[in-house]
Amino acid sequence: MTPPSGTAGLDPAKAREVLEPADVSRALTRIAHEIIERNKGAAGVVLLGIPTRGVPLARRLASRIAAVEGVEVPVGSLDITMYRDDLRLHPARALEHTEVPGGGIDGSVVVLVDDVLFSGRTVRAALDALNDIGRPRAVQLAVLVDRGHRELPIRADFVGKNLPTSTQETVRVLLEEHDGRDAVLLGLVGEKAS
Amino acid sequence: MKRHLVSAADLTYDDALLVLDTAGEMAALANREIKKLPTLRGRTVVNLFFEDSTRTRISFEAAAKRLSADVINFSAKGSSVSKGESLKDTALTLEAMGADAVVIRHGSSGAPHRLAYSGWVGGSVVNAGDGTHEHPTQALLDAFTMRRHLAGGKGDLSGRRITIVGDVLHSRVARSNVLLLATLGAEVTLVAPPTLLPVGVETWPCTVSYDLDAPLPKSDAVMMLRVQRERMKDAYFPSANEYTRRYGLDTERAATLPEHAIVMHPGPMNRGMEIAAEVADGTRSTIVEQVANGVSVRMAVLYLLLGGSQSAIGTEPEVGA
Repeated sequence: MTPPSGTAGLDPAKAREVLEPADVSRALTRIAHEIIERNKGAAGVVLLGIPTRGVPLARRLASRIAAVEGVEVPVGSLDITMYRDDLRLHPARALEHTEVPGGGIDGSVVVLVDDVLFSGRTVRAALDALNDIGRPRAVQLAVLVDRGHRELPIRADFVGKNLPTSTQETVRVLLEEHDGRDAVLLGLVGEKAS
Repeated sequence: MKRHLVSAADLTYDDALLVLDTAGEMAALANREIKKLPTLRGRTVVNLFFEDSTRTRISFEAAAKRLSADVINFSAKGSSVSKGESLKDTALTLEAMGADAVVIRHGSSGAPHRLAYSGWVGGSVVNAGDGTHEHPTQALLDAFTMRRHLAGGKGDLSGRRITIVGDVLHSRVARSNVLLLATLGAEVTLVAPPTLLPVGVETWPCTVSYDLDAPLPKSDAVMMLRVQRERMKDAYFPSANEYTRRYGLDTERAATLPEHAIVMHPGPMNRGMEIAAEVADGTRSTIVEQVANGVSVRMAVLYLLLGGSQSAIGTEPEVGA
């Protein structure tokens, strides 16, 4: 469900850089402000990143929110592997780390954070996973890139960049923490379509 | 292509780490209010137990249920097996019921292997202990417990010194542990009287000693094995007292262990025989924790064998998946 951010089939040499480091930074700052604005402050907000690249994004949002509001919002990670709807189409996958902040999520506003919103199936799985952890007062969704082609009735509340794509294309988000630099790349899918 | 877990030797270094890492994530589930994952919904796991067992059967049952699989428990007592049904016919019955995995415990060494590679069943076969041969999930949960205490819950066990003491001859736990621990890079020493060592032990990837006192001060973990009287048809040692004196872990011996060392026992224990009650209940004992870890490790094994289109253990990951 996160094939657009995978390395499969994307030749970095031929890919087009649609967001530069400064663009990524500005987008995150704006999302941080929007989260504060929407929730009338940062009280009761919990950021949960979806591994792998949603986690560093959630941490960055938290530090921006702290800079603006002076409030440390809890940050965690939510692995959705066990809730995927395509588990039986692939060999069993290694699990990512799930870490729910100490205070839990009951009664809080959970903001799910992911790098790319595509089919919406990852978010569907994340909502199921949340259901087993607790009962948030509300769930919101923040993504760095929305590339369209939804297969489920799901939309993001906070979007860094709307990126119209064809299904032949693939989007890859690079982050300092994992890849050494910030960028969003757009390229053509190789032989293995996602 | 389905895969099986019959022997600890089936697991490569990467497989073993994958199981332990996955089990680490599964362990977090135990602290949640809803201890359930939807991952194996619609899959059927049969617990086929020809031999008595408490913790292993309950552990596999809990593991399968926490992953939302349907569980069918089958024990030989009170079934057609007591009327003389063969393993093959029992297996064909299970196959007709559509079992995705068969967890088998059998008194005869090699029964799980026969079941896995005879073509009688299409599902995965997990060995839950066969005769005096192997018990791979016990070895995995032991390694998981050691890793938590000795390696911070990450990576392998390279350079750790593990001493396994007692009735190696009748122990499936010892064999599986030696194989898995060697894969994970640990240095294993087996300690037992010569009469309780199996033929060919010199070919195992470990050292063998008849003396318990020498290796203890250098051990990171000591695992006491149960003296399996029910399998003993000869006199293997002069008396229980003499066995305890030479190979039992009493408080005096336990005091010679390094500060960080842990004391393990796969259970069920003969208190006062191979392990003193004070040691079994002491602060460095992980005996109860081993049982809890068993559920996490078995969840990991069932998930990796059944969770995807094919087993994740022992196969190359699909490119781009």
